[in-house]
Amino acid sequence: MCGIVGLFLKDKTLEPRLGAMLSDMLVIMTDRGPDSAGIAIYGPPSDGRAKITVQSAKPAVDFAGLEALLKPVDASVAVELKSTHAVIEADATQATAVRDLLAQERPDVRVMGSGDSVEIYKEVGLPKDVVARFGIREMGGTHGIGHTRMATESAVTTLGAHPFSTGADQCLVHNGSLSNHNNLRRELVREGMTFETQNDSEVAAAYLTAEMAKGKDLGQALTSALDDLDGFFTFVVGTKSGFGVVRDPIACKPAVMAETDQYIAFGSEYRALVNLPGIEDARVWEPEPATVYFWDHEKAA
Amino acid sequence: MDISVNRESLETMRVFDLATTPLRELNSALHAIAPGTNDTNFEVVNPRGSHAVAVGIDQPVTVEVRGSVGYYCAGMNDGGTVTVHGSAGPGVAENMMSGTVVIEGDASQYAGATGRGGLLVIKGNAASRCGISMKGIDIVVHGSIGHMSAFMGQSGHLVVLGDAGDALGDSLYEAKLFVRGEVKSLGADCIEKELRPEHLEKLAELLEKAGVTDVRPTEFKRYGSARKLYNFNIDNAEAY
Repeated sequence: MCGIVGLFLKDKTLEPRLGAMLSDMLVIMTDRGPDSAGIAIYGPPSDGRAKITVQSAKPAVDFAGLEALLKPVDASVAVELKSTHAVIEADATQATAVRDLLAQERPDVRVMGSGDSVEIYKEVGLPKDVVARFGIREMGGTHGIGHTRMATESAVTTLGAHPFSTGADQCLVHNGSLSNHNNLRRELVREGMTFETQNDSEVAAAYLTAEMAKGKDLGQALTSALDDLDGFFTFVVGTKSGFGVVRDPIACKPAVMAETDQYIAFGSEYRALVNLPGIEDARVWEPEPATVYFWDHEKAA
Repeated sequence: MDISVNRESLETMRVFDLATTPLRELNSALHAIAPGTNDTNFEVVNPRGSHAVAVGIDQPVTVEVRGSVGYYCAGMNDGGTVTVHGSAGPGVAENMMSGTVVIEGDASQYAGATGRGGLLVIKGNAASRCGISMKGIDIVVHGSIGHMSAFMGQSGHLVVLGDAGDALGDSLYEAKLFVRGEVKSLGADCIEKELRPEHLEKLAELLEKAGVTDVRPTEFKRYGSARKLYNFNIDNAEAY
């Protein structure tokens, strides 16, 4: 089953409440999938700084002295610990060097996502516990997506949880199951993509990353996905400034959207949207099958 | 939101606020109604997308739902009149036996699926698979319907004032389909058929029941089964 949510804010006054609103939406969806949960929050980017969200099964070991360890390649590096995750902020020009050093010195640390603005938190367990563990409710931002998982295609592990991030500031949540992910993964590996899991949704994320690397915007990449991905899917996708939704042509995975002057919201069910401000007067609709929906803060501005 | 009720009905109306009352209390109360009782008016407030609101009714009760509901509202309805003053999630009035279900807003996928009787009225649009495997239910949609609607429909009527999506009536048996607008495509073995006097009569009856006053039966086209899939065709043996 799985439950997915997304929120793209138009009204800046709501930005401090993004984490709280998205958390509420996700917790309501708990009974669609209690295996694991995750959230990606796009915070305000700060000039010249990069963020890397990392995870460890043994944070006490892997995160001990992490900041000091990374200082030699970037004196400005700052590490914020959040339970099993840590957010490393570094000079954007040194981000690759920081990641290389991290991979070398702490090989068990996994990168959840990186970019100018995204932070990604995911763990096994119920949404309410996952959002509490990482303090998601206190986080502000411009847009975000969330997922609560009922596993079908791969193991119930932290790495098998959504969102999947395969490119800078890109992430994807998926409700459904793909049937051609093994073939597609082999093709993407040939193109140079790397994979952390055997999960079908990670392939979808990597596919979009590869398409956008060819110069497509998110909307165009999602349109290609309709031709190249086989199976059941409702995707909600985030980029640094964009937010997209697409459903497969059969469209048996549920989806509801709502739009007001303040936000665009996505939920697997209407229940996820009922606490949003002004929902009574929102335009509420079911996204059409095989139709790409795509918004961008930069294009709107 | 329209919450006006007249004084007479207010006196016997039982109100369930789903913000404070578990759904099971509502459905248990509906199931506990004995035949012949006068206590038949129910109102549900704050449904907030709840699943399975007012399922399994088997007495001629009236339920007014003030807001939008989730999966399977009014499923298996047998004789009740359920009105949703909002939109409905997937599977509204699934397997209805008799009675009336009215959705003031839109309905999600497989509205009225497998319904054996009664009338389902959707005043907005219905999504994909509306009336899938219908077996006697009548469905009137004021707006448009999505793809694969009336798939394997066996009997009953599907009346659509707007348009129909892809593959309407795929693998259809004897359900009768009437569409006023465009049909994006017909499914396997579904064809346009002549609109005869008995169909116009039935359409007029259904439109009246569904509260449609400004549309004439002659504005519709009828679609039904070509009956080519009913029996195995020996010429296709090599395909298996």
